[in-house]
Parts: sequence; structure tokens; C-alpha cells
Amino acid sequence: MARLDGLAGRLREIVGAESVITDPAELRTYDCDGLTYHRATPGIVVLPDTAEQIAAIVRACAADGVPYVARGSGTGLSGGALPRTDGVLIVTSRMRRVLAVDAANQRAIVEPGVINLDVTRAARPYGYYFAPDPSSQQVCSIGGNVAENSGGAHCLKYGFTVNHVLACEVVTPDGEIVELAEGPGYDLLGAFVGSEGTLGITTKVTVRLTRLPETVQTLLAGFDTIERAGEAVSAIIAAGVVPAAIEMMDALSIEAAEAAVRCGYPPGAGAVLIVELDGPASEVDAQFARVKELCGEAFEIRVAADDTERGLIWRGRKSAFAAVGRISPDYIVQDGVIPRTTLPEVLARIDALAREHGVRVANVFHAGDGNLHPLVLFDGAEPGAGERAEEVSGRIIDLCIEHGGSITGEHGVGIDKAKYMPRMFTDEDLDTMQMVRCAFDPAGLCNPGKVYPTPRLCGEVPGRRTGVHPLVESGKADLF
Amino acid sequence: MEEFRELLDDCVHCGFCLPTCPTYVLWGEEMDSPRGRIHLMDQLERGGPLTASTVEHFDRCLGCMACVTACPSGVRYDRLIEMTRARVEDDHPRSRGERLLREAIFAVFPYPRRLRALRGPLRAYRRLNLDLAPLLERLSPTLAAMERLTPPPARHVRLPERVAARGERRAVVGMLTGCVQREFFPGVNSATARVLAMEGCDVVIPKGQGCCGALSLHTGRDEEARAFARATIEAFADVDVVVVNAAGCGSAMKDYGAVFAGDQEWAGRAAELSAKTRDLAEFLAELGPRATRHPLELAVAYHDACHLAHAQGVRAQPRRLLGGIPGLEVREVADPEICCGSAGVYNLLRPEAAGELGERKARNVTATGADLLVAANPGCTLQITTALHRRGEHIPVAHTAEVLDASIRGIGKESFISRR
Repeated sequence: MARLDGLAGRLREIVGAESVITDPAELRTYDCDGLTYHRATPGIVVLPDTAEQIAAIVRACAADGVPYVARGSGTGLSGGALPRTDGVLIVTSRMRRVLAVDAANQRAIVEPGVINLDVTRAARPYGYYFAPDPSSQQVCSIGGNVAENSGGAHCLKYGFTVNHVLACEVVTPDGEIVELAEGPGYDLLGAFVGSEGTLGITTKVTVRLTRLPETVQTLLAGFDTIERAGEAVSAIIAAGVVPAAIEMMDALSIEAAEAAVRCGYPPGAGAVLIVELDGPASEVDAQFARVKELCGEAFEIRVAADDTERGLIWRGRKSAFAAVGRISPDYIVQDGVIPRTTLPEVLARIDALAREHGVRVANVFHAGDGNLHPLVLFDGAEPGAGERAEEVSGRIIDLCIEHGGSITGEHGVGIDKAKYMPRMFTDEDLDTMQMVRCAFDPAGLCNPGKVYPTPRLCGEVPGRRTGVHPLVESGKADLF
Repeated sequence: MEEFRELLDDCVHCGFCLPTCPTYVLWGEEMDSPRGRIHLMDQLERGGPLTASTVEHFDRCLGCMACVTACPSGVRYDRLIEMTRARVEDDHPRSRGERLLREAIFAVFPYPRRLRALRGPLRAYRRLNLDLAPLLERLSPTLAAMERLTPPPARHVRLPERVAARGERRAVVGMLTGCVQREFFPGVNSATARVLAMEGCDVVIPKGQGCCGALSLHTGRDEEARAFARATIEAFADVDVVVVNAAGCGSAMKDYGAVFAGDQEWAGRAAELSAKTRDLAEFLAELGPRATRHPLELAVAYHDACHLAHAQGVRAQPRRLLGGIPGLEVREVADPEICCGSAGVYNLLRPEAAGELGERKARNVTATGADLLVAANPGCTLQITTALHRRGEHIPVAHTAEVLDASIRGIGKESFISRR
């Protein structure tokens, strides 16, 4: 690691000694993000304050051929910010200034370390908010949201992060500071948002602010079975209602949330649905009545009378992942997508899988857009339990693909799901994606080892393919 | 250490604690967040070395427990840091300077009589009327902090051993007088006793009571804490309820059960004391108001003391009690979950970090535009007053008990405010 020692000295010159971490115990506290299954202690951690510092850090890494990974609050669930033992972890947690709130133009400019919810806190006095709301919104950073194209419960109506980012200032792997913005020409911003930190590091984000709705109505419906809840979801969508969110939780995840935050969901429910409508009062009132009818199979329907009651309903749902820690020592959070119509069938198959392998699976979903979050519970202390859970978790992904869905809805591929990419894409697909990546990062130093199961084309590791890529062969593309 | 391992394993590394942690808010470093500190504890538990840098990160923790409130997985960080601090005190040799400072603090603070003795020299220091602060600041930031935090010496008040209920008796309660509360804020104790009596309680104030051990417990001085705790348990053996008006003390006393969990001789009595301990606001809310409240036309900013809000879950009760006073408007302070930096003896051990947090809190308090700040912990009162003073501002500060006392006794706004 002599190479890193020299680099650490140069990094200290860039950001000051206080902002470079090389103490082994301190480094280890950065060994994973929200997904603890994968761990790697970074070679160096650096805590910059400015875009210029990040550019200088990237140039220093490039000069030494040292890989680097960006990290915000470290809450990701696909190991996207997993550090490299032979590299530098660039942490943006000190870059947390809201630089401007321009309500008249419905935008705000923020640094990448700003917490998602803090954007809304800054905009609310002007009657606006930031729509993407991952469950970790009280802690996750905007930079991470951009990298992962994060979603949340309200994406059904409002779309993902990519729909709410107007421009990004980015440090490219060359160490240049550039601005990617919406406008004529190739949608580089669209390519950048959701690139999981492989195309560069964002240092300033211009986000779209959304007007606070005139009215919000939220109901909580308790169903005997998950099938009935699933039918209600299909009925609501079929009726042409576009709720701000439709969320479903099964009995096991309700149990966990209840243990954690005493959210007081209907006792004995096999599943609960949270349906939220927002918008102009006249429209919301009419549609809300319709939704209540469509939830007719529910044995109990509660309507939030005010923001406090709404908060309590959401609290159970938003804390569900971490709350599972109350009922199981370990668990895997899965993230997959299926066509909404296949929900009952896929759920039945997940149930059968769980039984077959003797593990418990708690289900939480963004039911409106078919985004499943099965939580596979296990006890790491029990020999073989982790492997069984991993097996079930992988088989759930197979189920999603088999039903025409996707291996991830919003958590990203990161390190965790790179291995599933070939199940969804052909080698040619993957190679084409990597060529885009190589255009930004020919040296392959920017968050390497993520997203793609086998690094190819950039010459990092010899690929499985022999010969040249068909696009190259046909003269349609070239390597960088 | 099986318990320690189990407590560690509850953490799922979700990071929900980060934005509520005062030191993470200040420095944005993983090792100075609850999640990072739990990681450091985990490394230790697995046989890692207790290095000076690791101790530093544990020492920087204020013990405010905001993370305990924020944690969806129910991690008992409070127990974890207490156990870790005890191990640090056992295994980590501190420098001579650090040792002397800690010994000096713990030789004085838990002993009301010694605190009283300290007031003389402090008064003299003030009388000299020389601005020695810059000099003191250079010699020892810690001593400078102590000097700043020392309020003008108040008249010593001796409370009787029993105060009889007014009207029909509704309860008999014990009352803890505390150390700093008793010596520096005697008015709070008198107000507490009067309010309890006016609400129909016989108030028993055992003469032999001393320090409850909170400061020692929260700093890893386990043996000392247990000795203080045993004496407190003895002192209140004969009452069914112990009412406490200092958040830190109440929180420690409610923790006695856990502290003595493995102790055959004391476990039962400790758990009993914990079960009968109530914060004043908690107790009054349970009891329900009976005495007539007279109007007090005041806008009041209510400050959540960490050891009340996070450690005891007492948030609604004091707001309800204050809101029940005719004419009184309760205003919220922004970022209520972030500690003011007082944190027991933290502001003496780490004046710089404490100062920054105090500044943030003072700014938020000022922004409320309130006529009066209400805080239910002597440490917070000292800390926020100091921070306001540094900003060149002055907002009168009172304890919930004093506001209730003024309302029940019909002391008007002007005369109430002018006394502080």
C-alpha cells in the first residue's frame, strides 16, 4: 500500500490533514453502506468541502491509477458505495449546504451531501417540496439519490429522482468540473442520473421543486388476505385513479413495524394497504370516495383526520425495513419489479419458496407500480441460514424476471445484484452499456466493480468474449 | 459480555441515527455518529485494540440519546455507550491533565456542600469585576467554561423535610433535590415543592439524600455511580413515588434497574426505585390539574432536554401543562431533537464542541421571538443562557415548575419576568 501512503500525503495537501482518514479503526467504520452483507475497508477516506477539492482528489487518484468510490450518507441497499480496499472513499457528508431556493422558478440548488428531507424543509416555507421520497429520506443524501435514481412511495404519481433533477455539476473521471443539464442534444443528464457512481461524482444538484398539494387524503385499509389487498390495488388502477401512493404490507412486516413504532395498524390484518391521494380538493374528494368503494373487501378502513394521523400511518411503512431488526437478527432486503397484474401469483410463489427453504419472508411493496420489497429473514448465527436466505432472495429475483419484471426497482444494482445482470441482459447488452461507461471513464477507476458482473472492454480484466464486440467490428462504435 | 454482543447485533446499519446526532451534525464523520461508534464498539468486542483515537470518538459522544429516539430497530445505544465508557475508564490510561480534570469535576459536582463552597470564590471572582475571561480562556478553556456557566450566586434555601398538601390530599410523594439544582437553582426546588403541595400532594424531602449518580453513570464511573445510587435508593425507601425535576437525574434513576441487573442484593430494590421515579411534568400530567391557574400572558419557547425527551419520552406533558395556563402560548424551537451541548459534564470536558452546539441552540431559541425560555434541566439552562449571553442576547429562563408556580400563585407576568 505504499502507493496509497504517497496519495494520502497529496490528499492532505488538497483538503487538509483533518479531512483525510487513515487510522485503521476509523477506516473500518466506513466498510459498508446500508447493506452490511458486503464489506470492504477503504484504503483512505477523504471528506472534501468543495467541488474543486473533489476534482483535485480525482486527478490525484487518476495520476496514481487508484480507484475511488463516492459516498453520501451510506444508506444504499445494493452496496453501490462499497469502498475499495485499494482505493479512496470520497465522502460528501460535509457538503450539505442548500445553496439556493428559487421558488419562482420551482428549483433549488443543493450540494450532494444535503439530506433529501432537508430540501423539502427548505422549500416548504415557499409552498413547495422535493417529491422523491425514499424511505430513508430523513438521512439519505441527494448525491446518493442522483447516483441510484432513487424512488419512493410517491413515485407512482411523481416519478423517480431523474424526473426531478434539472442539472448536475459533475466531476468527471478526468477531474474536470462540467455541468450536465436538460436541454437540446444528447440527454447526458439522463445517462448520469442512476449511473450508480460509475460515470463521475456530482458536486451540485439543481432539483425541481413540486408545489405542495392543495389537499392530501390518506387511508389505511386492513384486509384478511394479501390476495384481497392485491385485487383492490388492481381495481383502483383499473378505475383510472392515479394515487400519489399505494403501499402494501403483509402480516409479518406489520408485526415488525408494530414492534418498532407502535403504529396501531388494524389488528389481525393479513395485509394493509396505504392509499394516498393528493391534488386539488375537488378532484381528491371525488376520487377518494371511489377508492373507499374499491377497498370494499377491507374489514377496516381508517382515514387520517390530520397530519399527525397521516404521519403515524406512514411511520409504520417508512420504518418497515429497519423495524424488521426487531423480529429477526438478520435479513436481506430484496428489491424487484413485476407487472402489477401478476402480484397475486408471484406472492403465492414467494410464499411457497419460503416454506420450501424454511425461512420467513416479510413483504412490503410499492403496490401501485409493482415494486416488491421482500425481506428475507434469517439468523446469521445459525449455520447455513445465511446461504438459504441468499438462495431464496435470488430465486425471488428469478421469479421477477420470469414474470417479465426487473431485478431492481429503485435500490440499484451496485455490487449486490451485478451477478443477476446476465439473467436479464445478454452479453451484447452488457457490453453496449459498458461502452457508454468507458466513454466517461476509460481507465475504469470510478466506482469499479459495480453494476457489471464481468468488467470488459475497458481492458480491466479479460472478458469472456473472444474477438471484438459486434458494434466495434461493424464500425458502429469504437473503444476509448 | 453476552448482553453487550446482543445489544450490538440489534443495529442494522440503516443510518437513521445520523442526522439526529449532534457530533455528526457538527463534523459529518462516520466515527462521530452513533452508527460509527457502534461499529467501533463492535471492533472492540471482537478483540480490536482500544486506541487513543477510538477513545476520543467515544468521549466525543454527548450521550444525548437522540439516536435512541430515531432508531427504528430499537438499538439501546444508551446502554451500549454506558457499558463502553465503563470499559474505557477501566482499560484506558488517561493523561495526567485529563485525569486531574475529571477528578476535580467529580470531587465537586456530585456534592452539594462542596458546590456551595465553590460559590464563595466565584462570587469573589465576579466582584473583582476584572475581565479575566480571555486570560482564563487561554490558560484553560475548561475553567473558562465553568466560570461562564456559573450563575450569580443565589440565596441558599433550606426546604423542610415535609411540606403538607393544600386541601384534600391526593398523594404522598418523595422529592429529589439534586446537586446543581439545589445549589444553583434553589428557586426551582421551592417552586416544585409548592406546586406539588398546591396540587394536593404531601411532599417528603428526605434530609439524607445526596447525588443520584447521574453524572458519574453517564461518564463511565460505574463504581461511584452505584454507590450514589444505593444511597438514593435508601433515602427514598419509604415513599411510593419519587418526583424529580432535573431531567438527567430522573433518567439515571429510571435506569437503576438496568444498572443493578446482575446484582443479587440490589437488583430488586433498584428496579423498584426505577419504577416509582417520575419526572415532575410526567407526574403532574398523570395526576391532573386541580389548583386554579391564573393568566400569564407570555410567549414561551419550550426546550426539550435530551434526558427528558429522548431518555424518558417526556415531550407532550410539559407542553400540555404550560399550554394549560391561560394566556400562555407555547412556541417550538427548531431542531428540537439536537442537544444544546450541555450533556452532563460534557461542556466542561469539551467546551469547544459544546460551544458550537450551544450557539446553534441559542440561534434557534432567539428565532422563536419568545419572552421566556423554559427548560427542565439545570445543565441545559446554564448552557443556553451562556450561549445567548455570548451572542449578546438575553432571554429570561425558567423551569416548568417555576412557570406553573407563578400561574397558580397568581404572580403576574411583569413581576415573574423581572425576577429572572
